[in-house]
This record gives sequence, structure tokens and C-alpha cells, in this order.
Amino acid sequence: MAQKKVARSASSDDPEELARVPLQAVLLADSFATKFRPITLERPKVLLPLVNVPMIEYTLAWLESVGVEEVFVFCCAHSSQVKDYLNKSQWTKHPSTFSVTPIESHDAISAGDALRVIYNRGVVRGDFILVSGDTVSNMSLTQALQEHKERRKKDPLVVMTMVIKHAKPSSTTFLQTRLGNDEIIMGIHPETKELLYYEDKADHSQRVLSLDRTLLTENPALCLHIDKQDCFIDICSPEVLSLFTDNFDYQHLRRHFVKGLLVDDIMGYKIFTYETHSSYAARVDNFRSYDTISKDIIQRWTYPFVPDVQYFGFGSQIRFERQGIYRAPDVILSSSAQIGAFSFVGHGTTIGDHSIISKSVIGQRCIIGRNVVIESSYIWDNVTIEDGCKLTHALVCDGVHLRAGVVLEPGAILSFKVEVGQKLVIPAYSKVSVLPQPCKQDSDEELEYADTTSGVVESPSITSVLNAQNQDLMSDTVDATDSDPTEVGISGVGYIWSVCEGEHDEEWRFSIAPIPKEKLEKFSRGSPDDYDVINQDECGIPPYGELPPDSDGTEFDGGDGEDYHDSADFEKEVEATFLRALTGVNEENVILEINSLRLSCNMSHSDCAGALFHAIMKSALAIPYSNNRELLENTVKEIKTWKNLLKNYLRSQDEEIEILLKFEEICLETTKEFRPLFSSILSQLYDMDILTEDAILSWAKEKEGADESDKIFVKQAEPFIMWLKEASEEEDEDEDEDEDE
Amino acid sequence: MDFQVVVLAGGASKNLAPLVSEEVPKALLPVANRPVLSYILELLESSNLKDLIIVVEGSDAANRVGGWVSGAYADRLHVEVAEVPEDSGTAGALRAVAHHLTASDILVVSGDLVTDVPPGVVAATHRRHGAVVTALLCDTPISGFSEGGSLGAKDKAKKPARYNIVGLDPTRQFLLLIASGAEVEKDTRVQKSILCSVGQMEIRADLMDAHMYALKRIVLQEVLDQKGTFRSIRQDVLPYLVKTQLRSDVAANESSKVEGLSSTFTSKTNLTWLSQHREIAPSAFHNGHESDANGSLSTTCTHKCCAYIASRSKYCARLNSIQAFIDINRDVVGEANHLSGYSFSAQNNVVHPSAELGSKTTVGPQCMLAEGSRLGDKCSVKRSVIGRHCRIGSNVKIVNSVVMNHVTIEDGCLVQGSIICSNVQLQERCVLKDCQVGAGYVVTSGSEHKSESLAKK
Repeated sequence: MAQKKVARSASSDDPEELARVPLQAVLLADSFATKFRPITLERPKVLLPLVNVPMIEYTLAWLESVGVEEVFVFCCAHSSQVKDYLNKSQWTKHPSTFSVTPIESHDAISAGDALRVIYNRGVVRGDFILVSGDTVSNMSLTQALQEHKERRKKDPLVVMTMVIKHAKPSSTTFLQTRLGNDEIIMGIHPETKELLYYEDKADHSQRVLSLDRTLLTENPALCLHIDKQDCFIDICSPEVLSLFTDNFDYQHLRRHFVKGLLVDDIMGYKIFTYETHSSYAARVDNFRSYDTISKDIIQRWTYPFVPDVQYFGFGSQIRFERQGIYRAPDVILSSSAQIGAFSFVGHGTTIGDHSIISKSVIGQRCIIGRNVVIESSYIWDNVTIEDGCKLTHALVCDGVHLRAGVVLEPGAILSFKVEVGQKLVIPAYSKVSVLPQPCKQDSDEELEYADTTSGVVESPSITSVLNAQNQDLMSDTVDATDSDPTEVGISGVGYIWSVCEGEHDEEWRFSIAPIPKEKLEKFSRGSPDDYDVINQDECGIPPYGELPPDSDGTEFDGGDGEDYHDSADFEKEVEATFLRALTGVNEENVILEINSLRLSCNMSHSDCAGALFHAIMKSALAIPYSNNRELLENTVKEIKTWKNLLKNYLRSQDEEIEILLKFEEICLETTKEFRPLFSSILSQLYDMDILTEDAILSWAKEKEGADESDKIFVKQAEPFIMWLKEASEEEDEDEDEDEDE
Repeated sequence: MDFQVVVLAGGASKNLAPLVSEEVPKALLPVANRPVLSYILELLESSNLKDLIIVVEGSDAANRVGGWVSGAYADRLHVEVAEVPEDSGTAGALRAVAHHLTASDILVVSGDLVTDVPPGVVAATHRRHGAVVTALLCDTPISGFSEGGSLGAKDKAKKPARYNIVGLDPTRQFLLLIASGAEVEKDTRVQKSILCSVGQMEIRADLMDAHMYALKRIVLQEVLDQKGTFRSIRQDVLPYLVKTQLRSDVAANESSKVEGLSSTFTSKTNLTWLSQHREIAPSAFHNGHESDANGSLSTTCTHKCCAYIASRSKYCARLNSIQAFIDINRDVVGEANHLSGYSFSAQNNVVHPSAELGSKTTVGPQCMLAEGSRLGDKCSVKRSVIGRHCRIGSNVKIVNSVVMNHVTIEDGCLVQGSIICSNVQLQERCVLKDCQVGAGYVVTSGSEHKSESLAKK
């Protein structure tokens, strides 16, 4: 706090001192996201080539052009790669007016952590520009900086100026911007341009946006924008760093920090916006924006940051030819090959006869065979594409080898060194990597990167094995079901990553591939329901994937969990857990898992007991039987086997009654096979000490007042209950005898 | 113009007690010594809208309004006065006269509106866009005295009251959101589909719905028929139309019902609406929509809700509260004196020639003294309106007040910020500050009242 005050007085009282502070920038060379996986498992995102140049180059070149003198590159995931790159690059070689200093951290998991690290280093002295290393821009910041400084002179509570830009029209409504971001709704003061409202994680099912009334009591007018794009270029005051340090729960720059400041009316910090009109500013946030921005670069919107301008020791000359074709001079192009408009072909690439390339970027030293069709795709360096391959809207990383006849369907991503066997069709939106898919964890890139060796998937959806060694088929139960497994990937290397179910619907949104027609139609039709009907349960529920077996249930947390983790889901989970117990998992572990499930779903013991009982009965039913007698025997055997497991949850009479009710439900609804066996199984349950007589009697009592239809089983079990009643009278005299009978 | 006008004159509004009574319904309350209703009627007349229906609540009030109108406008306007039961609400009032409506568009005006915004511009906006409804919006009036006095300063410190929350498209032509009444104080709920279709919505809390609406008759009748629970145009009908504009029931029904009359409406409006939006907000409707305009959009009907925002230089106020009564009276003889229809003297006041002033009595600027009133010696009148045939004694001070007709004010009284209704008697040395005195009341000598409402039991 003390530091903050000093900084503030320095900046507001002494403009001359402020002027002496060189303009600094903090560049986050880690996106703290997993959108570029699996590629980012092997290389940090900022070093991924964007039209043949690593993204960070664009950002650094732009920072230099706007007059930044010191850049602190915060690297976390693959920090050594980033540092090596910087050391080799020209940025560190000529430390004249533009210095680049890497700051390394290994435990940062969010932008918030990064800024806290930077704060602790104490390197930032004045206003600074905060960008991520995937920003492509050619805008001038002079005016934005000036506006920021003027505002700060008047009001020291102004901490940030966000650069925004009018979103380019996309092929559909704003629900889907061309950069594939989530829609962002911003409320901006029409005159002062103060940011008053920011919502980026908009719930698509929510058809009504609720503005807090205080927003409008304090401001007579407010402009709600859905047509603005957040460029993720922020001019920050030094307070931003201390704010992050004070609020250690701030993780995400927008979701936590910006929103946090907007709702916090005690401190009164203010955020303003600056809209850039003619210049370019965008961030490569996902594959779709990668595609869009690549095309923008090729179409020269980002001038001077285009391939043919030598702005940063960019190898030798790239020629810019008509129709927006960029070609290195040493490309070996067959005379019958065609390169269509808006394409880039890098150094040393060979293109064979009759190959057609359009709207694509091909990196260096690639070998492209004959009759290859490449459309709107991105081929990085040292890629070999054999004859007759067909690539549409695909991304192919360094060292990939596509054997003859491979077809990449739209949206396919092939990570480093993947090899695809002959005539294989890689289905749309699939991601292929030589690394197996790590288990799902909602942490950051970096952590998962560290985990990849240990956290190798146990997930049932990945059944493929490393093909390099055993020449096995590269198949995947989920994604490749439609392609004939015998044909898949002879001599291929790689895993097809499964799409976690929750994201499956969203996959098209972020993909390189254009948005499918049906989705467009869905959007343009978009059913704005009656104004007061917010149909949340209709589409607000993300498809809920099977919980990975080794998950500790973290996916259940979050406030919106309650809605869909109802008992049915819970039951399924328990059943899945139980099924694995059948396959030989230690009983204790099963208990542990069910317990954690119970806690995370906020279920009671009786729910557990019921669900478990259901699972046991189901497994009993699964054993083949020829008549009721066998079924009964099977069931009894099954129950006996899992008696201890079940008993674990039978803490009181309530749970036992729950089991009874469950049993009734099973007989009535799901598996009618048990119907005639109800009373026999009941007596067996009693014999096995699973159900006590008190429970059974009180169940019978409860049912007395019920409908006739509800009483079928009570009636069926009547003789047994009668017997129990009689027995209980004798109980006082001799308890043990009952059991012997 | 094929416009029919409905003036909703209200009845004996409770808000305005004790000013209104059976004898003086709200529509006949004097503003600068003319019934408030005359302002809107003259405005309509000047826009050449002469075919009107005046709807009055309550039979007494209807008789009185009818009598006054037939006397004052017999030869100038074609007026029909309709009577509806009390408390039928604005929508109810319209429902009652719905069968009289024949024109294709209806202009619904509140009878308590004092403005110089010509209704013609609202009608023109309505026609130009082919809108279903067009509302007149004006700046929220700042109540209290804009100059001088401790009272004024206090009021100015207060934030202007908020009457409506309005959402507009970037060109400020289309009405995308309206909240009124109690909703204003709640969280504002914006429909995302509408926001998406325009891209940018300006939400304003500083605009007031002036209660002048141009409505498509067919749609209006449709809504009134179908939504039997709708009571108020402002709170029910208008929000309903605005909220359903992208998914219009009325437009769909209308097209099936009346094919001949508005064949252009449904089919063309969708397209023009879209194209207009596209023109003004080019990013709003993209290729996706364009291709859909022929196909899928024909299934979802849209209708347009427009707004006309009066410029700041125009005067626009509604007499719907006691404060508004004082404010409007002050403004009509003050800054908006062109509305009053009187010619002001060099001292910026109006003193009827028949009025008598005693010696050393001063009548300041922004005052009005009607015929036959008599003031004693050493009186002072500032920023006040004094009605006809008032008898005012000596040493009386009247500041920021409205004195109606036949009022007797005896010597040494002080009247400040108050409203004195007709036939009131203020006995000697009364002091009234911020009071309302109902008709026929007698204030006993020497009494002092502050912020009180005095009326006969």
C-alpha cells in the first residue's frame, strides 16, 4: 500500500519525473490457456509461427514501433524455449533503445500470478503496456497513452485503458465473432468512454442481460456494445500490479481483474477504453483467430508487419507477387503446380506436379508431392506431404509426415512430428499428437505440460497406442469410428485426441474450419424467446462428460454445478465407479471414490446406498440366467460379494429404507425381471444383515397409506413382513434364533 | 394526414389532490390561466390534426371537459368527448374508444402534456419507418426552481428524477428497450437478441417518455384485444411491443388478418427494417441474415418500434404531480413563455389591463396577473401566476406560487412556493410556504404553514 501511494503521488504530482520513466511493456509469453493444445505441449504458443514468423515477433516488433523501450517477457510454460529464442533473436543482440528482458517463473498458473511475480521484481516504474505474446497489431498507441496520462492527472483512480476495436462483421451475428472469441458485452460511457460493464463469459442460454440498477443510477447514459472486440492491449498504471498483489485471488485479467474493479465501488478504481478505428489489433486466442489473423496478415491489414517487409531479420527476401502470393525465391515449384491467391510458400519448399495450393501458408523446407490439394491450410516447417493428399482447413505442424492419399478434413490439427499412414482420413476437428492426451485438468498449460509424462491417460476414450513401435492401428473409439480401423494409419505415429464431451459442441467455434452451415442457420434463426422466459434448463447445461476415473471430482465445483448434478448423474457416476470395482479395483478405493463423489455432489449417504444398490442389481442382471431361480441365485451372490461395500453406507435406518425404495423403483421401472423375486430378495437382504427388521417394518408402515399401485411389493412381501412382525415379538426372548431361521 | 388523435385527459387524478376536484378535473387545471388541455389541443390544431377523441375518466369530469371544449373549440376542432369509468387505465380508455378508430394510424397523447414539439414530427417519424409504435422522448425535466432561492439550490443538488430507462440504437431512431414505473429502480434487463441485431445499444436514464405515441391502429387493436390484462399504454402496451419487436406476434397476425390494407407491411417491412438496420449499423446484419431475409426470416416477423427524441431546446413536460404543476406554471410564464400564447411586456410579465395595482406594488418578471385582479399597496409578486378576480390586500408577498381564480388574500400574507386554488381565503398575516390549499379553504389569520396540503374536509 505504501508503495502504491508513492507511485501515485509521483505520477500525479510530478509530471516531469513521469516523463523520464521509459515506456515499459509487460509481455505475457504464456496464454495460461489450453486452446492451442496439443501443439502447446511441445512448444510455447508465442513461438508458434504465424505466417512463418513466431507470434512473439509480431508483438515485439509492434511494441518497438509504438515507442516502448523496455519489455519484460514473462515466460512460464516452456520458459527455456522462450528464453533461448529471445537470446538468439535480434532483440537481445542489439540492446540499443529497445531492451527485452525475460522474467521466468515456474509456478505461475494465471496472468494474475504473472503480474504478481512482476510486481515482486519491482521492475515496473510507471505506466506500462500489458499485452500477451500473441498480439498482432499495427496501431499507434500515442493517443491512447496520452489520453491515459491525461485521465490519470485528473483522477488518480484511473488504472487502466483498454484498447477496443470495432468487431469486423462476421458471417453471422455477434454471437460468433470472426475471431472465435466468446461474445463480449461491454457497457461504455458514451462520452467519457469509461468502462462500466464487462461480460465475456456470457451464457448463451441467457437471453436477457441484467444490468445492475446502480449502473444507471450513477450514469445517465450507457452504451452497451456487443460489436466491439477486446484487443487485449491494456495501458496500465503501476497500481494494477499492486492491485493484483493485494487481491491474490485475481487470476484472469478480464474475468477477475476487470470485473472485480467494476463491481468494487469502495476503491472506485476506473477503467477506460480507447477505440482504435483504422489500425489493426487482434490476438491469436484460438485456432479460428489463428486462421483469421493469418489471412489478415497475408492480405496486408497488418502492414508493415507483413511477410515481405524486412522488419525483423527475416531470413532472405520473400517476394510479394500478384494476387497476394508470397514466395521465397528458392521455392522449387513444378510447372504444373498451381499456387492460388493469398498464399505463402516459404524457403526451400518443393511442390510437385499438379498440386494445387490456395489460401494457404506453407513453411520452410516442406516437400509436397504430386496431386496434392491444399486449401486454406497452414503447413509449418519440414513437413512432408506425399502424393494425392488433400488438406482443407487444416493445421499441420513441423515435421509432420502425411503419406500418400491422406485426407485431412476441415478443422484437423496435426501436432509436431505426427505421421499419418496411407489413405487415412483424419476426421474433422480432430487433434493428433505424438503425445498422448493428458488427463483432463482445468489447470494451465504449464502445469499440464509438466504432467504429461505422469498424467498419461487412463481415460477410456483413448484406446490407441503409440503406433510407432508396434505398427498398430491408429484408431480412436470416439473420433475414428466412422473410418475403417483396418485402413487407419499403417506406419502412423500419433494419438488422436478425444474431444472432451463438454467441448464437443464448441469445437467448431474455435476451429480453423469455417463454421458449418447448419450452425450458421441455427444462429441466424436464433430463437429469441418470449421476453420473460429465460429458458435456462433448455440449453444452459453443458453436456456433461463422464468423470474420468481418477478425477478427484474437481469438475463438480463451481456455483452452476447444482443445476445438473442431479441424482441421475450421480447414480451414473456411482455405477461407473462400481463397474470398475467389478474389474478389479480395490474395494477401498471404490469407497473412497464414492465418498468423494458424494461430497462433491452434495449427496447424502442414503443416495450413495441407493445408487450403489442399483449398480449391484444391474450387475447381477448382467450375469446370464435362464430362469428366475438362477437370477435370484445370481443376485444373492452378487449382493453377498458387495455386502461390505454396501454396508459401508448403511449408517442408519434411513439408508436402509432408501435401499428398499430403490429396490421398488428398480422393480417397477427399470428392470421388471426382479418383480417376481422381490420378496425373496428382500428376505435374503434381511438374512445378510443388509436390512434390519426395523427398516423393513417401518418401510411397510410407511407404505400403508400409499396408493394401491404403490403397494404391490408390500403385498408381495406381506408373508415375510408378517413373519418379521411375529419374530420381533419373540425377539426379546431370543434374538439369535431369528437369524438362524 | 390519416391520423386520428386520442387525447387521454384523465379524470380527477389522485396525485394532484387537493388541486383537482369534481369541479376542476386534471385536464382543466390552469396553466398560466388556461386549462392544461388547451395546450395540447392547440398544438394539435397547429399540426392540422383536428379530428380528435378526448377520453375522460368519470362522468362529472367528462361533462365539464366536454362543456369547456365545446365552448372553446366548437368551430375549430372536430372533437368527440368519450367517457370511461374511473381507473380504467390508459389502455382501458383506448379499449373503450377502439371502435371509433378508423384511421390507419393513431396518435395517442396525454392530455397533461405541455410541449412545443409538433406532433407532426412524431407522426412523420412513425410513417417514415413504417413503425408499429413511435414514442416521443424528451429530456427529463429538472424539477424545482432553476434560479434563486434556497429552495432551488436544494432541488438542484438532487439528481434529476428518473422516469424511464430507454434503449436506443446507435442512430437513436429505434426504441430497443423501455422500462418505466417501478422497473426503473430495478436491474435493467436487456434482451440479447435485440442487442445482437444492432450491435450497440445506448441505454439512457435521462430521457422521459412524453406520452405521445403514434401507433398503428391494427396493431393497437390487436394488442388491446388479445391482452386483456394490459391496463396502461406506458407500462404494458409499449414495453410489450418493444420487447417482441424481433419476434412479432402482432405483425404475423396482422398480415393474415388484413391483407388488403397493409400488404406492404409484413412482407416489406421485414426487409426494409433489416436494410435500414444494416445501413445504420452495418455490422448488425450480415450475410447470414441477408440470405435469410428471403428464407427463414419470413417465419419470424419483426416490427419496428421507433422513438423521436425531442431536442433539448424544445419544452416538454407533463403535469402529473404537484411539483410539475408549479414547474410548468413557472416555465410557461418564464423560459417557455412562447407556449402561453400571451404577449409579454417589456418587464417580461403579463399584467392584464383590467388588473389594478396599488401604490408601491411591484410585479416582477415572469409573472402573470389575469383580468380583474386587484392588488393592494406595497405588494410584491415574483415569478408567480395570479388568476382572475383575485382580491389581494396590502403588504402581501407572493413568490414562486400559483394563485388561481377568485382568491382573497388579506393584508400582510406571505405566500411562497405554494398553490392556492380557487375561492380560497387567506386571512391576515398568513404565512404559507410550499403549501397546497384546496378550493374554498379558509386559512385563518396569523397561521403559519409549511409544506402542508390544506383542503376542506
